[in-house]
Amino acid sequence: MKLYLKIWRQTNADSNGSFQNYEIDEITPDMSFLEMMDVLNEKLIIEGVDPVAFDHDCREGICGSCSLFINGRAHGPDTGITTCQLHMRKFQDGDSIVIEPFRASSFPVIKDLVVDRTSFDRIQHAGGYISINTSGNTQDANTIPIRKEDADNAFDAATCIGCGACVATCKNASAMLFVSAKVSQFSYLPQGQVEAKDRVLNMVKQMDEEGFGNCTNTGACEVECPKGISIKNIARMNKEFLKAKL
Amino acid sequence: MNLFSSSIGRKILMALSGLFLVVFLTQHFLINVTSVFSEDIFNMLSHFMGTNPLVQFVLQPILIFGVIFHFVMGFYLELLNAKSRKKNYIKFSGGSNSSWISRNMIFSGGVVLVFLVMHFIDFWIPEMNYKYVEVLPEDPNRYFEELVHKFESPIRTSIYSFSFIFLALHLLHGFSSSFKTVGVDSRYYNLIQKVTFLFSIIIPAGFIFIAIFHNITA
Amino acid sequence: MSKLNSKIPKGPLDSKWTNHKGKINLVSPSNKRNIDIIVVGTGLAGASASATLAELGYNVKSFCFQDSPRRAHSIAAQGGINAAKNYQGDGDSTYRLFYDTIKGGDYRSREANVYRLAEVSGNIIDQCVAQGVPFARDYGGLLDNRSFGGVQVSRTFYAKGQTGQQLLLGAYSAMNRQIARGKIKMYSRHEMMDIVIVKGKARGIIARNLVNGEIERHSAHAVVIASGGYGNIFFLSTNAMGSNVSAAWKIHKKGAFFANPCFTQIHPTCIPVSGDYQSKLTLMSESLRNDGRIWVPKEKADAKLIREGKLSPLDIPENKRDYYLERRYPAFGNLVPRDIASRAAKERCDNGYGVNKTGEAVYLDFSHAIIRYGEEKAKVSGLDSSDSKLVLKLGKEIVKQKYGNLFQMYEKIVDENPYEIPMKIYPAVHYTMGGVWVDYNLMTSIPGCFAIGEANFSDHGANRLGASALMQGLADGYFVLPYTIGDYLSNEISTGEISTDLPEFEKSEKEVLEKLKKLLSNKGEKSVDFYHKKLGKIMWNKCGMSRNEKDLKSAIKEIKELREDFHKNVKIPGGLNEFNEQLAKATRVSDFLELGELFAIDALERNESCGGHFREEFQTDDGEAIRDDKKFKFVSAWEYNNDPSNPILHKEDLDYEDIEIKTRSYK
Repeated sequence: MKLYLKIWRQTNADSNGSFQNYEIDEITPDMSFLEMMDVLNEKLIIEGVDPVAFDHDCREGICGSCSLFINGRAHGPDTGITTCQLHMRKFQDGDSIVIEPFRASSFPVIKDLVVDRTSFDRIQHAGGYISINTSGNTQDANTIPIRKEDADNAFDAATCIGCGACVATCKNASAMLFVSAKVSQFSYLPQGQVEAKDRVLNMVKQMDEEGFGNCTNTGACEVECPKGISIKNIARMNKEFLKAKL
Repeated sequence: MNLFSSSIGRKILMALSGLFLVVFLTQHFLINVTSVFSEDIFNMLSHFMGTNPLVQFVLQPILIFGVIFHFVMGFYLELLNAKSRKKNYIKFSGGSNSSWISRNMIFSGGVVLVFLVMHFIDFWIPEMNYKYVEVLPEDPNRYFEELVHKFESPIRTSIYSFSFIFLALHLLHGFSSSFKTVGVDSRYYNLIQKVTFLFSIIIPAGFIFIAIFHNITA
Repeated sequence: MSKLNSKIPKGPLDSKWTNHKGKINLVSPSNKRNIDIIVVGTGLAGASASATLAELGYNVKSFCFQDSPRRAHSIAAQGGINAAKNYQGDGDSTYRLFYDTIKGGDYRSREANVYRLAEVSGNIIDQCVAQGVPFARDYGGLLDNRSFGGVQVSRTFYAKGQTGQQLLLGAYSAMNRQIARGKIKMYSRHEMMDIVIVKGKARGIIARNLVNGEIERHSAHAVVIASGGYGNIFFLSTNAMGSNVSAAWKIHKKGAFFANPCFTQIHPTCIPVSGDYQSKLTLMSESLRNDGRIWVPKEKADAKLIREGKLSPLDIPENKRDYYLERRYPAFGNLVPRDIASRAAKERCDNGYGVNKTGEAVYLDFSHAIIRYGEEKAKVSGLDSSDSKLVLKLGKEIVKQKYGNLFQMYEKIVDENPYEIPMKIYPAVHYTMGGVWVDYNLMTSIPGCFAIGEANFSDHGANRLGASALMQGLADGYFVLPYTIGDYLSNEISTGEISTDLPEFEKSEKEVLEKLKKLLSNKGEKSVDFYHKKLGKIMWNKCGMSRNEKDLKSAIKEIKELREDFHKNVKIPGGLNEFNEQLAKATRVSDFLELGELFAIDALERNESCGGHFREEFQTDDGEAIRDDKKFKFVSAWEYNNDPSNPILHKEDLDYEDIEIKTRSYK
């Protein structure tokens, strides 16, 4: 396959970036999208051009590092996957592909397609935990039975990989899906109840301070979420928030 | 309890004010629709609403506040949201993951706002003028004729109808979205979705019907 | 040999740890406030250690090269975590977990460490549940278990196919709590470039900020290396792209011994390689072997037709399929340990029975499981279990519930529906049992420098059992290191703050800078990946699933040549003081090029076959491994000696007091 790439290039956080065009040949359908980027970079290195920087690590859709906005969509045209799981068979010979970084004021660009998502970490610092010591003197794991349904719901919310696709694709750059996944996970479990009020208030406060937008329930986030996290978690967080406020 | 200070709080206020307006809209529709089949009932209800001190001096200010709050908040939130992504994508396929309606509430809301301004000029300002500026003698039977008179103009009727289409679009997302924002449990989503659909179609369509009805029968 | 003191406490096996904990020195809470600890790596071991050390009151500085600690590669572990809880009442116990682990490791691990691991395993589950880790539960609301390879009990706790993720997020959340308290200072996108040793003790590290390229000095009273394994030396592995040996290798070059580098685990169920461009391999959880049956065609001719695309696996009738694991190992069948399953697959493929176009793949077939589950479900639901369509439908639903996300992952990569066509799998490098040598306290041969998790060598011997990596990482981090480090730090309470202006820091920083500048000033013409791929090929072909003297000798030579060529001809664009992924990669590959040689030297030295180390010269007529307990019942701990080519071997003898050493048999 031959492809025409239009890629955002930016030297560092302070510089103004711009789009550059690249042509690339001999791409096979079984390659992953990032392997296509590897091929491009290999070519650029040999030509003495700075290769395109992009975040990636596990390349199996679980670490949440990769973060490209491909042809107008977070993680590209397929659903339920991360960019590293996107394969070139989703494209046709001769296609033009626009590759942009995840854009949000709270995700400043570090270089090219690499963005700084530490705002997500800071939200977690604000309350994304259960305050127990890791001493090993806790009670036996089977002391508190948890309804299978609740355990499954908690798990579904907990599968968030923190990639930021929800923010990237939201027209308001809202982080509500991300934050609600954590709040929701703990709200389903008895262990999480004790600190439920403080958790939701503190995490939302931090989310606001980071400058994420407001949720308008467009539902775009759940469509693009690689782990299929449902926006019902957002409603659940809203409820937790109201409960905490009232 | 300060809801203004947080994003979710502001959204909840937005949703609640929206739901309040939905209630008002329903009430307004129920009164208006009587004009189609009974001049007397319509006049009676209008007279009650226009002269009852509770309605005039308590509910009316609340309503005006609700309307102003809803659109001021709407614009404010839109501004905040614009700030959360200072640099935009050159290619953004919003249509692939969300509806046009949900992404353009500010637009549908804006059209409704323009309509409201016009509506005030048409009905509310003359009404205030009649009652409180010129202090004309009260005529319990004047309302129906005034209404019919307004819809004699096909242009006005068309503008009204057009505006109500946008109100329908606004409601199609806003009504159900409000419930999610106030945290209604997801097991009611199907029901909410159905009610939203029926409400958003029936009420605006009803208003359009009333306007066209009077235009034709006049 | 005198240099190795494993410091195993005296006394009976089952009370060694309790007694040791009771006797070692402690640091009082008021003194902990004055002690700094550096933890490099934020996987299960690093994150759990950071959180626990901070809870205890130490000042922790955590480093990871990823943009967030949550992205460490522990996140990718799928299947589960073992614990001797005996919730299923199937006869499990601490001793049995201990025994299975030693046996699974082919009697090359340290008895006392493994027993301790089994002992604390139950605590891990309690801890994680308290933290809100959503393990799978049954309808009664209690925790569910499944079984894994190499054992005959169900002791594996899991969270669908994302157990590692859930455990890591648990440890990450514990870290977050301490970050919020200010007890952990987190340095993301930082890479450790060297360890600083002052008067024989580990006193800090030199790190590079990967965002702006700045070199930083960080001091501490102890340094903990939790940087994971070195599977990426093979280029293609199931490790993350960034996984590297550099932190472990840097301490090795400064005096920490490196143990059993040749013990590598090749995982049997990975998605086969499809082309030269391939950047990494994807694992399919071992849990699939609970229900999937592995086979190749009985006839070579059939295999050939399949490879040519002229025949589908569905065309091969039952009597022409060779379920070779069930045939060779009737007692354990498809659930033999990983090393055995991998080698058996290689044996079949080498003999011409492979089933994809490269000839390197075998089938993992769920059709029987689908029918079995379908019939069961039909009976339970009172439906017609002879209706084959219905049975297939119900069976697929159940398989989907159990393995849905794995099947989906397979389909996304391979573009074939595994519910209809058997999966194709082939072994791939997955885990390294070898690593930094540590004593019972998890301290390396550098005083004050500790190694935990996959980075150390201690618990898995020559082969790791499934679902034990997560167990070891968390055991080390939550329950072992936080105690044992106190014994060392009790002598540091009056040390006071360590200045980063010491000449040792200056010297280390200068060395690091010089190395980086040298790499950048190279005017070569080949990319870093070119060398990494080449190294990977040598390692896979000559130090992979089976090894022999001739190949190992040539590997040693080739790696050395490749290393020299790398330093002459590698081309790294960009500069020092900027985000430069190629430069970061180059430093990692340069360390792999040194480790590779030691790896091969170690494999050559070990004239026996054990666990993941299979020497072709040492096998029975039917291809089973021949272990040599007389000559090789020891840990090879290598000391760096100025040059990667001349390491000095130290041997730690392995004494088994509570276990009778047997030939491992899964027949």
